[in-house]
Amino acid sequence: MSVQHSAAAHIHRDDVASRMGMWLFLFTELLLFGGMFILYSVYRFTHPEDFHLAAKELNTVIGTFNTAILLTSSLTMALSIAAIQRKQKTLSILFQLLTIILALGFMVNKYFEWGAKFHHGIYPGSDTLLSRPSGEILFFGLYYVMTGLHGLHVIIGVVIISFMTVFTIRDVITHDNYVKLESAGLYWHLVDIIWIFLFPLFYLIT
Amino acid sequence: MSNENILNSNGNDVSYLEYKGKHTGILGWLLSTDHKRIGLLYLISLSIFLVVGVIFGFLMRLELLTPGRTIMDPQTYNSIFTLHGVIMIFLFVIPGLPAVFGNFFLPILIGARDVAFPRLNLLSWYLYAIGGLLAIISILIPGGPADTGWTFYIPYSIRTNTNVIPALFAAFILGFSSILTGLNFITTVHRMRAPGMDWFKMPLSVWSLYATAWVQILATPIIGITLLLVGIERIFGVGLFDPALGGDPVLYQHLFWIYSHPAVYIMILPAMGVVSEIIPVFAHRTIFGYRFIAMSSIAIALFGSLVWAHHMFTAGMSDTGQLIFSLLTMIVAIPSAIKVFNWVATLYKGSIDLQPPMLYVLAFIFQFSIGGLTGIMQGVLSVDIQVHDTSFIVAHFHYVMFGGTGFGFFAALHYWFPKMFGRMYNIKLAKRVFWALFVGFNTLYFPMFIMGWLGMPRRYYDYLPEYQIYHVISTIGSWILVPALFLMFGNLIYALFKGVRVTEKNIWGGETLEWQVATPPVHENFIDIPVVTESPYQYKDNELVLQTQEAK
Amino acid sequence: MDNHTEIDTKHNHGYGVYILVWLALMALTGITVAVAGINFGKITVATALTIASIKTYLVLTIFMHLRTESKTFRVFVGVALLFLIISFILLFTDYSFIVRN
Repeated sequence: MSVQHSAAAHIHRDDVASRMGMWLFLFTELLLFGGMFILYSVYRFTHPEDFHLAAKELNTVIGTFNTAILLTSSLTMALSIAAIQRKQKTLSILFQLLTIILALGFMVNKYFEWGAKFHHGIYPGSDTLLSRPSGEILFFGLYYVMTGLHGLHVIIGVVIISFMTVFTIRDVITHDNYVKLESAGLYWHLVDIIWIFLFPLFYLIT
Repeated sequence: MSNENILNSNGNDVSYLEYKGKHTGILGWLLSTDHKRIGLLYLISLSIFLVVGVIFGFLMRLELLTPGRTIMDPQTYNSIFTLHGVIMIFLFVIPGLPAVFGNFFLPILIGARDVAFPRLNLLSWYLYAIGGLLAIISILIPGGPADTGWTFYIPYSIRTNTNVIPALFAAFILGFSSILTGLNFITTVHRMRAPGMDWFKMPLSVWSLYATAWVQILATPIIGITLLLVGIERIFGVGLFDPALGGDPVLYQHLFWIYSHPAVYIMILPAMGVVSEIIPVFAHRTIFGYRFIAMSSIAIALFGSLVWAHHMFTAGMSDTGQLIFSLLTMIVAIPSAIKVFNWVATLYKGSIDLQPPMLYVLAFIFQFSIGGLTGIMQGVLSVDIQVHDTSFIVAHFHYVMFGGTGFGFFAALHYWFPKMFGRMYNIKLAKRVFWALFVGFNTLYFPMFIMGWLGMPRRYYDYLPEYQIYHVISTIGSWILVPALFLMFGNLIYALFKGVRVTEKNIWGGETLEWQVATPPVHENFIDIPVVTESPYQYKDNELVLQTQEAK
Repeated sequence: MDNHTEIDTKHNHGYGVYILVWLALMALTGITVAVAGINFGKITVATALTIASIKTYLVLTIFMHLRTESKTFRVFVGVALLFLIISFILLFTDYSFIVRN
């Protein structure tokens, strides 16, 4: 989105406009997931028993652990912006790297979690799953699609933050021009917010 | 947000058509971040898709001339009405006015040098082009073009073996393009208005584009995810919509229409903006009820988001749901009616000059009123049971989307053409072509109301002999309409190269900012950013009052 | 923090504020996991969603700096959420009153 421009060009720069654009983009992300939450709410409403039974098979410990990881990564992201505002470049880079590591940790957990489910034969279209009541098929369908889409956003976030780290190292992002980092931060916090809702809705219906 | 061109001072007095930036030749267009050039890129690509869509429509009409087989087999017919719908809706009507005229004129109308994010703007066009190409690829690759209708209803869309996935993906990408345009416009309107241009000094087309942009941003992601899910459903068999696995196909319809109903307001609102722009200029009168027209745009965007399920009255919804949605549908008619009344009130006692843009606008009001009022009929539950999925709906939809948005698009084209290109088309021919279009349009679509009321289903390949008379009249209408369309484009294309040169700034006597910049506009629109002092559309004793200090 | 321009200091929460918010978020996560085991009957979902909403509010206002942004931004967020909530409500005018399948 925001594109590098030469430092010599002291032209009209509007950070508020950049942030506004980013927020508007986040609304589209919010509604993208909103569509999925609509599906979830309807199917949970029509198949409450099946959802309870199916949710018991999810690993609450991994879920909680991942929530903690993602919340912490949100913190480090916010801190990296606070650091760059205070001209603490190295600290900012450190916090960004920490965010990336935490995000990757989240994905590793996710990998093992999905892997275990696949191992038990629970994946879309599998015989094990298809032999179950339709509510459970729907639950796991939603589980895979929603956490999958969320995971995709985590990966995109990692890529974006990596770019920000490079920009910070190269002084494209500086203490008086950090709107790119702020926008990346906004995106990352949204990914966090989505998970804040996914977590209780999938892991904590018991 | 940064635009290196702003630095380039020697671009200030050259027309945007002749401006030489970092790139020249064709690259100077394909890599340009100038909102005017991007607007023209859209105009060219949209026109190509419009022609394709028109040809498909023409073939459908030809097939329906006689019962049974006329020129094609049923499977081809199914594909053709699907393609006609997909191309016309996703590639022409939805991007139509915002992408072409919104891009070209929104910054000028608010006194800005460009949109807020020029590079993002160019990206939108590339996404549009990729989406369009994908739609074409879905026609050509083996498997055959999608035959689901543009609505991709489940369960057929997950059962058919045609190329549904590329078509879905094309619509997804086009949605993304539309979102980025909306995002750009909202930020531009909020952050880049010229000094003195407060909210209620903005031209009305800016209001309507602003309202449209919100719908684009909020509603489009819902269809994005829904179409994505249909794709996932086809590939992985997740079961979220598939009734065989416990999914609910009606839920697909809900999600589809949560976007696709507001989408019709994405289509019509900018056209209403153009109408509000043109009427005061050719009636030489101050617009009547400026604030009401501005606010009704916002109201349409708001109420338009609350009525989606009126497309599903026969799908098996709960009675309570049906009643609520029927009631809300009645409410959405109010702001549209406010606009129509204000337009008519502006015309009253005006000194009306029937130039081509004004003719198209008057046809807009006439046809949109027919389309709108029949829309209210369909919002009534009992009537809808009778006319659902008949050609009555097709007639209603085309009266609003073609008779409204399409004619609005042509009005804008004729209104702004001399400003955009610095050339004038043949006005006499343009007026004649208008009458042919008007007659052709109404001959083509009005019989559909009648046969729909009598029970002719939409999307049917074959029909009972008693409907033939209406089909024949309708097809004859297409024989008038389509040549007239080509003649209109011919007139404009000829004018592009051979038309009389226009250098006058204000050829129609309009008084919004685009008429105070050079013809054609210079690279960055304004040499000095104007200071706005007056509300738009001020005419005193048929004399115009310009909007800026400089012009005084 | 000392001699920054207005734009710089505007979005300046201290490190401490962020860490406090993070602690609150972790605590709320703990609470939501803990109460999930208890059956409140019909309000179980409501409890989980309320806690999630509080967490979201904290992230929006502090981490995403909404508290220090201009009013326009807050109105924007309101509009987006309203659209989503209205969609849910209207959808359930159908699903609350019918049993399909």
